Amino acid sequence: MADKAFLLEIRTPERLIFDDEVTSVRAPGNQGNFQVLAGHIPFLTVLEPGIIIVRSENTDRSMATSGGLFEVLPGGTTALLDTAEWSDEIDLKRVESARERAINRLASRDEGIDISRAEAALRRALVRLKIASR
Amino acid sequence: METLREIRRRIASITKISQVTDAMRMVATAKLRRAQQAIEANRPYANRFNRILTQLVSVLEDESAISHPLLETRSLQKVCVVAVSADRGLCGSFNANTIRTTSQRIQHYQQQKVEVDLICVGRRVADFFRRRETNVMAEYINIFNQLGFETATALSSQISEMYSSAKVDLVEIIYNDFRSAILQVVQTEQLLPLDEISAESLAEPTEPTTVLEYLYEPTQGEILQQILPKHLNAQMWKVLLDSNAAEHAARMTAMENATQNAKDLIEEMVLQRNRARQTMITKEVAEIVSGAEASG
Repeated sequence: MADKAFLLEIRTPERLIFDDEVTSVRAPGNQGNFQVLAGHIPFLTVLEPGIIIVRSENTDRSMATSGGLFEVLPGGTTALLDTAEWSDEIDLKRVESARERAINRLASRDEGIDISRAEAALRRALVRLKIASR
Repeated sequence: METLREIRRRIASITKISQVTDAMRMVATAKLRRAQQAIEANRPYANRFNRILTQLVSVLEDESAISHPLLETRSLQKVCVVAVSADRGLCGSFNANTIRTTSQRIQHYQQQKVEVDLICVGRRVADFFRRRETNVMAEYINIFNQLGFETATALSSQISEMYSSAKVDLVEIIYNDFRSAILQVVQTEQLLPLDEISAESLAEPTEPTTVLEYLYEPTQGEILQQILPKHLNAQMWKVLLDSNAAEHAARMTAMENATQNAKDLIEEMVLQRNRARQTMITKEVAEIVSGAEASG
């Protein structure tokens, strides 16, 4: 059975990432992961760093995001993300080095280290590693 | 009177200079176009973001219930000024304008016995204030070459950290606003505390979404809490984009003027050269004539 399609638009401040019809989208809300299908009621939430899975007719694509806003309106669904990368755009070497940097920074425990920022960086790196290795 | 050879040499060197300035103009034009595209790419995001924010604020029944470290106002004891300029020169008064406005602003606060911390974005302001008795908190250099949203995030998380820990009581940003390719205006804007977010202050009212059944998860208030830092990011990003475009526009104009001036100069020197050549020929002819007369 073909699922009903709806419009999904994914944007970052830098570019338009996706604008097409999809049948389902899964995203990491700050209350847990959720899935949106056609006919979802109007809805607004905040996204956490995690993986967004976009399903259209016959393909699945996934992307890593560092968080953002997610809004469902009758006219279409919009995700406004801080950063987003499709799984095939991720540069593994860069992610690996970002992960190490974050771990080192956390391990050093120096004064003046912004722990919450380092933790956030680590979380983002882990998400990207996970998605890229799928 | 300069000799003919000197004039020729100067014409040659000015021609070379005008070739360089013309090349720089073309580079600036190309970069300006890219900077404008980046502004355009941000616009739909910004519009939607603002609509969501406005809507959130308008549905919150009790506005006084919103409390957030970034909204808190305190009496002024210390101010943070963020000065945004370029990394390179040769762009007219672009950098000088930022520096002048920033110096005035610092003086203004010092007269009121308010301490000032400075954050410099761009090598030009950083170089200027580092050598002076200003407290430069941080420098962001070479960010415009590969301008990315992370820079805006890094900057705004630094200032929000300073603000929420009460190290400063006000944050201002000074930058060149990109009005058009020929007009850039230095702007001073308050970043923190965030101005009261009222429906009117967020421009561009869009179609009111009067949906009865609208689900907020978790609650409107909590979403608003998390949106405010993002709102600051978005503002910072807009400033960086604007300043970047303004820089290239300023450089384009400056280089166009330089090329034009070089052309005018060359024109003048060509006249001089012709005159010098004419006098030389006249002199030579006179010498030959007088020589012939003497021997005749």
